[in-house]
Amino acid sequence: MAHSSQAKRGLTFYLLAGFFGLFVAFLYGPMLIIFILSFQGENGGLTFPMRGVSVHWFSDLFTSSRYGDLGGALKRSLILGVASMIITGIVCLFAGLAFRRKFVGAGALFYLSIISLVIPGILLGLGIGQLFQILGLRLHWFTSGLGAQLTWTLPFGLLIMFAVLNRFDPSWEEAGRDAGANAWQVLKWVTIPILFPGLIAVSLFGFTLSYDEMPRSLLTVGAQNTLPIEISNMTSNVTTPALYAIGTVTSVLSFTAIGVAFFLIFSIQKNRAGKKR
Amino acid sequence: MTKASEIHLKNVSKNFGSVAAVDQVDLIIDAGSYCCMIGPSGCGKTTLLRMIAGHETPTAGSVLIGGKDMSAVRTGERGTALMFQNYALFPHLNLVDNVAFSLKVKKIGAAERLERGREMLDRVQLLHLADRHPSELSGGQQQRVALARALITKPQVLLLDEPLSALDEFLRLQMRVELKRLQKELGITFVHVTHTQPEAIALADKVIVMDHGVIEQAASPREIYDRPHSPYIAQFMGGQNIISGTVTSVGKEEVKLEDAEGNIFVVTNASDARKGDTLNIAIRRDKISVSSDARKGENSLVGEITNIEYQGTFVKMSIAYAPQGEFVIYLDDEEYFAEIRQVGEIVCAHWDSQLNYRMAGTKKSSGNPLE
Repeated sequence: MAHSSQAKRGLTFYLLAGFFGLFVAFLYGPMLIIFILSFQGENGGLTFPMRGVSVHWFSDLFTSSRYGDLGGALKRSLILGVASMIITGIVCLFAGLAFRRKFVGAGALFYLSIISLVIPGILLGLGIGQLFQILGLRLHWFTSGLGAQLTWTLPFGLLIMFAVLNRFDPSWEEAGRDAGANAWQVLKWVTIPILFPGLIAVSLFGFTLSYDEMPRSLLTVGAQNTLPIEISNMTSNVTTPALYAIGTVTSVLSFTAIGVAFFLIFSIQKNRAGKKR
Repeated sequence: MTKASEIHLKNVSKNFGSVAAVDQVDLIIDAGSYCCMIGPSGCGKTTLLRMIAGHETPTAGSVLIGGKDMSAVRTGERGTALMFQNYALFPHLNLVDNVAFSLKVKKIGAAERLERGREMLDRVQLLHLADRHPSELSGGQQQRVALARALITKPQVLLLDEPLSALDEFLRLQMRVELKRLQKELGITFVHVTHTQPEAIALADKVIVMDHGVIEQAASPREIYDRPHSPYIAQFMGGQNIISGTVTSVGKEEVKLEDAEGNIFVVTNASDARKGDTLNIAIRRDKISVSSDARKGENSLVGEITNIEYQGTFVKMSIAYAPQGEFVIYLDDEEYFAEIRQVGEIVCAHWDSQLNYRMAGTKKSSGNPLE
């Protein structure tokens, strides 16, 4: 089969393949360059060529005081990410279940929640800042900051939840009720376990969207910055490859989170499919 | 048989918005009987079944099981178990846990759950697959798991929503026998929704034919098939020819009916009819004789053969009959092959006047006649 398709490959194939190659390079090239440059030698600069290979800039990151409160920013971003993850997972589960019933105002409520995806994040942040000021509350990363991030993660998670529920057969719940289960038992033993892989995906989006959120957070986190804001500040006053080292560290953290989630989904689904003999 | 499994539907209606899915249905399903509900899609049969199970609440009227009003009794505590059309097996549980789900709800310990679940799986010959998940099973196996899951609750009433529709023909016939045997063995009430006529006739003690939310006829399969209440039933169940005509004379024992083409039919079960009335009669397709002579007597039709189909045990012959489109005759295969006929030949179909069954109802076919 491969042979016959090879015989038919014309000019368009190579043009499109070349275009696709460029696209992939554009997508992953910058990230790759940052990874490589983060291992720059002690005397190296922000650009190629590499002057030796070292992990100097990683240790510099954690020992030097030049970079402000980087550890604190990372900690805050991780806490916010986990909080967003949990809240997004739970809220989107129940919102998704609620939207299955055609309650009064369902359409209006849906569009209202989608609006916050459409409004420019920086404006939304500004608005939240103003609101807190009017209410006489102080901006703080875990109150106004978390709220601002949720305006981003919740509608996003809801859309994914709709896709997840699309593949959910309500007769599973009816079968549960038919066996005598009450509403709580159906939720606990039927609905949530069946939806669980999808819920992991929704929660994961909650984490990653919060972890690298910037426009909404910028004006709402108050005195202490989250990691993306901190890095953004660093780009203007740090001129060493430590900048790249922090990029590598945060990327690895993101990939780890995604990897763990996929492993979870995969092992659950494999378990459900059983051990094929 | 236990009286606890009698189902009594009292004036039950169900509206979805302005549409009446079930319209004032009154029905008693005897305890320990096998009842089949049949009708075209959208006739309300599934809604009726779901109201018995408690998955739908009647808009009006009440459902009684074993003489007790079920209005305040929730699903799962009515002594009913529903087998879903798509089986609705839990994808995240293995077969034992699927079957024993209701025991978990009843807070029965894990060891006993496992034991009783395995026991029930053994009854449906699937014990060797106890640790598998539903996605690994064939359609027939899934169906047996669904049956086991329904029966483990020891229901008084088993409700089956098109249980055989997802199976291939061979498996369907096999499971049909199995269901009937099981019902006899358990002695509980089975209510089985289907859209397949042979299935209903083969299984049921009582067949309920529905249309547009109302029961058109509820009777034994023999009566439904042999003495249809209306042209709709005759057409839906099949096996009958329908002729409409006007009463031309009323005798002591019989009335004479004339159709649009001037054929005369003698009807013996229409003593209440008066001259000028329009009557519908049904004539069994398998009791009609065919001859070559073009005589026109009473209870006969002359027409051109439009189609001949060999069916194995009989031959289906269609004759042009303008008022109904065609008049169908099931000929005994030996009789047919003794005198083979061709499409286009003019023949006379004739039968005994006892076969003319006058139908009291007037409802004509509404759904698609599945013949």
